[in-house]
Amino acid sequence: MKLRLDQIKKTLGNRLVLDGISLDVSQGEMICLIGASGSGKSTLLRCINLLEPLDDGAIWLDGHDIATPGLDPQPVRQKIGIVFQSYNLFPHMTALENVLLAPRRITKKSRADLMPHVGELFERFGLSQHMDQYPDQLSGGQQQRVAIVRALAMKPEIMLFDEITSALDPELVGEVLEVLKALKREGMTMILATHEMTFARDVGNRVCFLDRGRILEQGPPEQVFNTPKEPRTRDFLARVLNRG
Amino acid sequence: MTTPSSGLTRRQEYERRQRRRSLVIAGSSTALIILAIVLLVPLAPGWERVQNSFFNAEVFAKSFPKLLSAFLVDVAIFAWSAPLIAILGLAIALARDVRNPVLYPLRLFGMVYTDVFRGVPVVLVVYLIGFGIPGLGLPRPWNSPYIWGTVALVLTYSAYVAEIFRSGIESVHASQRSAALSLGLSSSDSMRFVVLPQAIRRVIPAQMNMLIALQKDVALLSFIGPVEIFRQAGVFKSLLANFTPYVVAALIFLVITVPTTRLADHLISKQNRARS
Ligand SMILES: Nc1ncnc2c1ncn2[C@@H]1O[C@H](COP(=O)(O)OP(=O)(O)OP(=O)(O)O)[C@@H](O)[C@H]1O
Ligand SMILES: [Mg+2]
Repeated sequence: MKLRLDQIKKTLGNRLVLDGISLDVSQGEMICLIGASGSGKSTLLRCINLLEPLDDGAIWLDGHDIATPGLDPQPVRQKIGIVFQSYNLFPHMTALENVLLAPRRITKKSRADLMPHVGELFERFGLSQHMDQYPDQLSGGQQQRVAIVRALAMKPEIMLFDEITSALDPELVGEVLEVLKALKREGMTMILATHEMTFARDVGNRVCFLDRGRILEQGPPEQVFNTPKEPRTRDFLARVLNRG
Repeated sequence: MTTPSSGLTRRQEYERRQRRRSLVIAGSSTALIILAIVLLVPLAPGWERVQNSFFNAEVFAKSFPKLLSAFLVDVAIFAWSAPLIAILGLAIALARDVRNPVLYPLRLFGMVYTDVFRGVPVVLVVYLIGFGIPGLGLPRPWNSPYIWGTVALVLTYSAYVAEIFRSGIESVHASQRSAALSLGLSSSDSMRFVVLPQAIRRVIPAQMNMLIALQKDVALLSFIGPVEIFRQAGVFKSLLANFTPYVVAALIFLVITVPTTRLADHLISKQNRARS
């Protein structure tokens, strides 16, 4: 698996939200996107998943430009999972139904064929007792883990995470971050937008600082956090690290 | 803090006293008003006449069985138009939502349809279709006013029902659709399995109100022929020179519509509570 973003541009309303983003992601890497609110982190992730069409630029996935205008986005989205800050579970379905919907419709496999894999995912993330509960019967941390399981059930090659711990009570953040660590150990390729600086420093392979729709600075976490080159990166880090 | 012997807290004790008090007050004031009506209304100079022509027990007994069986016609028309309205309404709502440019004519049709049928009074549609189409001189079952009257109701009501479905679809947050699409589901699967089930749940109370309105509007078909309850009451009125049959018809309607109205109100308030 190899993902390569090439000069991505995106305008929303009349604002240039992504202003030429280029990024190479290799197999098994965990990339942390940091940056102020409004810097374009969510938009970038939505573009990679093709939920937003690009204005310009290309997204190469294993040698194919998946952002080619007019291309069917469905097969691509099956390879690239995304988890949102607000979980976005389907409230009228149980946890298990949430997870089974897409594999059943897309792979046309029966529930019995899918259960070994799906059951194992529930098991692995400590959700086995919650399969038959509805989202509103679950805690935020449990809901977010179900959302992760739902994305993983499609066996994606890359996972995108958009501030998945921001809506959680502080005591529930840990259990969700543990899931990310486990995925990293298994070699999942991940891009995550995050405000969890400690996590980005300890677990991430690379940190990208987004500023006004550009990657202003990137590098290994120690370098970006300890010796940032750009003044704007320093300002941003000073602001967020002092707050916490 | 001492708890009274009843085992209730002071607060509960107080609330119980208050509840009893308001119950007594409500009960006695209602009784007083009813008493006043029963005693005072018969004193009006025209009471005798009104009682005789609107509340005549003899006419009541005579007209009741036939009115009840005529009401079954209303029920039948209602029973087969309601599902048609639900299906057509949903289809129109979905047609107004299509994004594919090839299907633009369908979308345009949905738009024009809802505008036209919501813009014309139901009675007019019933007249135009109920008299107009049988007037074409179609062969036997196809000239029936039952069919065309029902068609008129179905056309009008689906326009309203479609708008309610559409507002329900729009009330489901865009992030639900995004989440479905992001998993690789097609647009139509996202609508069918994710958006629509939530939308339909939300609009059930509003659609119940449409059902109640439909129950009553079935009586409009009396203008074009079918001998349903309202027309049957008219027949009795002419026959017996008495208005009591209309009162009977009204009572029969109430027996059906009051419970459904209460149920709809109950569903609405339950939903409001769940949302707040
Ligand atoms: N539909 C839209 N129309 C116009 N502007 C938009 C729209 N959606 C987002 N934006 C703007 O795009 C910019 C980038 O938004 P984005 O959500 O990607 O930022 P972010 O880095 O994820 O911020 P946060 O940390 O708050 O989540 C913001 O300034 C936002 O106001
Ligand atoms: Mg964001």
